Amino acid sequence: MRLKLATLALGAVMAAAPAMAEITMSALSYRTGPYAANGIPFADGYQDYFTLLNERDGGIGGEMINLVECETGYNTEKGVECYESTKGEGVLVYQPLSTGITYQLIPKATADGIPMHTMGYGRTSAKNGAVFPWVFNYPANYWDGASIAITHIANEEGGDLSGKKVALVYHNSAYGKEPIRTLESLAEKHGYELMLLPVDHPGQEQKSQWLQIRREKPDYVIMWGWGVMNQVAIQEAVNIRFPMDHFIGIWWSGSENDVLPAGDGADGYKALTFHNLGMEYPVYDDLKTHVVDKGLAAGAGDQLGTALYNRGMYAAMLAAEAVKTAQELSGDTAISPAQMRDGMENLEITEAKMAALGLPGFGPEFTVSCENHGGNGFGAVAQWDAAAKKWSLITDYYQSDLEILAPLIEEDSAAYAAEAGVEPACN
Amino acid sequence: MLYREAGDFKTSYAADNQTFPIKFDRWRYYAILVVAFGVVPFIINDYWVSAVFLPFLIYAIAAIGLNILTGYCGQVSLGTGGFMAVGAYACYKLMTAFPDVSIFFHIILAGGVTAGVGILFGLPSLRIKGFYLAVATLAAQFFLVWLFNRVPWFYNYSATGQISAPERTIFGIKITGAETEAWATYLFCLVFVVLLALLARNLTRGTVGRKWMAIRDMDIAAEIIGVNPLTAKLSAFAVSSFFIGIAGALFFSVYLGAVEVGEVFGINKSFLVLFMVIIGGLGSIFGSFAGAAFLVLLPVLLKNVFVGTLGWPTDLAAHLEFMIIGGLIIVFLIAEPHGLAQLWRVAKEKLRLWPFPH
Repeated sequence: MRLKLATLALGAVMAAAPAMAEITMSALSYRTGPYAANGIPFADGYQDYFTLLNERDGGIGGEMINLVECETGYNTEKGVECYESTKGEGVLVYQPLSTGITYQLIPKATADGIPMHTMGYGRTSAKNGAVFPWVFNYPANYWDGASIAITHIANEEGGDLSGKKVALVYHNSAYGKEPIRTLESLAEKHGYELMLLPVDHPGQEQKSQWLQIRREKPDYVIMWGWGVMNQVAIQEAVNIRFPMDHFIGIWWSGSENDVLPAGDGADGYKALTFHNLGMEYPVYDDLKTHVVDKGLAAGAGDQLGTALYNRGMYAAMLAAEAVKTAQELSGDTAISPAQMRDGMENLEITEAKMAALGLPGFGPEFTVSCENHGGNGFGAVAQWDAAAKKWSLITDYYQSDLEILAPLIEEDSAAYAAEAGVEPACN
Repeated sequence: MLYREAGDFKTSYAADNQTFPIKFDRWRYYAILVVAFGVVPFIINDYWVSAVFLPFLIYAIAAIGLNILTGYCGQVSLGTGGFMAVGAYACYKLMTAFPDVSIFFHIILAGGVTAGVGILFGLPSLRIKGFYLAVATLAAQFFLVWLFNRVPWFYNYSATGQISAPERTIFGIKITGAETEAWATYLFCLVFVVLLALLARNLTRGTVGRKWMAIRDMDIAAEIIGVNPLTAKLSAFAVSSFFIGIAGALFFSVYLGAVEVGEVFGINKSFLVLFMVIIGGLGSIFGSFAGAAFLVLLPVLLKNVFVGTLGWPTDLAAHLEFMIIGGLIIVFLIAEPHGLAQLWRVAKEKLRLWPFPH
């Protein structure tokens, strides 16, 4: 796909001409700005996996993958520009890696008929595929995360949370506000007291929030942070000597760059995850042979094996598997966005599939259906070992509290359906 | 040669005082209007409208608004982002509270609400000037963003704190929502831009504008010759906020469709619009357009050249873009401290004499 330049009186600008006959994927990445530290490893992992498929297997089902990258800077305006500039190229699925951009794109992508995959972020109630036919958020969403964190705390406390105080330190945006409703409902069920501490973008200034934590002494702190906010929060927690094993971050607050700046103080910090960590997987041997050694690694090529790199790779793997499913369903290797949507809706991730891909036990098994675009909501808790400088899972994958979540998702998606005039339907 | 005035006689005061006294300028202006209304809507697509035209038109309105306050009346403001947020939230509340009223009126009313808020935050300007006033308006910026994040009434108690524009139509044509046509949103914004630019031009060359400029040039002298600083300064704040409020309302409802106040209307937006005004030229309507074009179109152009044509990595392109635009801003301001509008004025003077300069 080439972009042609046209010179106009105002200045030169561009027009796009579509080039089909290959599998086009988009990467709305951010390698600049206050969230770059976390955006880069994800983007590298996402890109490297597709490069691996191209180099090793010759694409998917014989079709080469064309990855169109566009820099958003985690900024919604640029994200919209990226979406508009790449959608004409026949992109099969969008993964914006930003809850803000996701909210912008849900109505646009639905109107244009292009599926979106918001893995572990975005609008939680998109799990209800009857209302959000084009949006997928498997294998887990924020409300699953909130519930998994509370279950973990309950397990630590011997099952009883009554009278406990839990603080939520969150990015003051759509992303950070997402778990509040679930945590409130869970507070009613378990009897803990919830404390809300918003942190404004980009999150470098958190002194007052942590002073409040120091004063009110919550038993546990849960964090919904991203980018530089994570590093600052963990450093502040170390500064006030908050017990790190009582500090639990969502999966976006659990990468190496978040804990490394705090040094040994960060030892014992916990974060949720919905996939495995580390690089003891056969796929890494292939990545080394076919991508790194050929000098094709994305970015600086120094992110392999980090938590977010693995997540980017996982996102790419799920997209590739959905393409395969779509190719099987349609019997055609060159698929359209609508066929991609069907592939995503019929996606089934089993242990056998993951082992065949060189990723045994990498994530939980799940299936997608029209009624359930969000997978089964399994997650685990990882803990940081500052001496060894690595994350390790300290629990098995376990399921979120669907008893609480199902009615909330039903309610929120029904509200969206009424607001947007969508007639919920599964065929 | 190009700017021949020979034979371009004026026989009445009205003709002498028109906006474009030179015939060539006037025809150029009409030609741009014809192209903008008669040609562009037929060739525009989704990409052009959302990457180029809508941001350019909307930022032009905001830049004209800030130019009235800063360029014509001399009151520095860093609260533009906050006032745009007022426009956006006022528009949202009106859209959801009165779904049957046309979106056109909602946007005008949102401007009116912003004008009221602007007057309120303009009150300190009666006592403080310069940098101190800049800090007072900075307070407005932070207060307003905090308010819209903090009080759930403003975002109708939505779980995420985002506001999203419901679908609204004019004459049965969708203007807001997801399924709009590119030409419809473009024309809608263009109508606002043309009307508001006309309004601004006529305000600034009339009594009101002359009072503003008197205050800007020397407020004590202005007071002595009979300009009331209270009404002059507050009217500048009101008119400026009206423009900025309309820009904010359009930005939210037509351009983005969903807005998160902290990100979209943060302090960065205030600086961006201020830079547009400074680079374009203080105290010039044309400068507002030039500044908006410079800061909206150039990044898109650079991105398309680097990533689209040359195929460079996106992060390299993004960093280079910062450097080039930053460098150009410095070069422009060294070469011509009065902005692009002054460059254009000088170029015009030269063209009038060309090819026989004195």
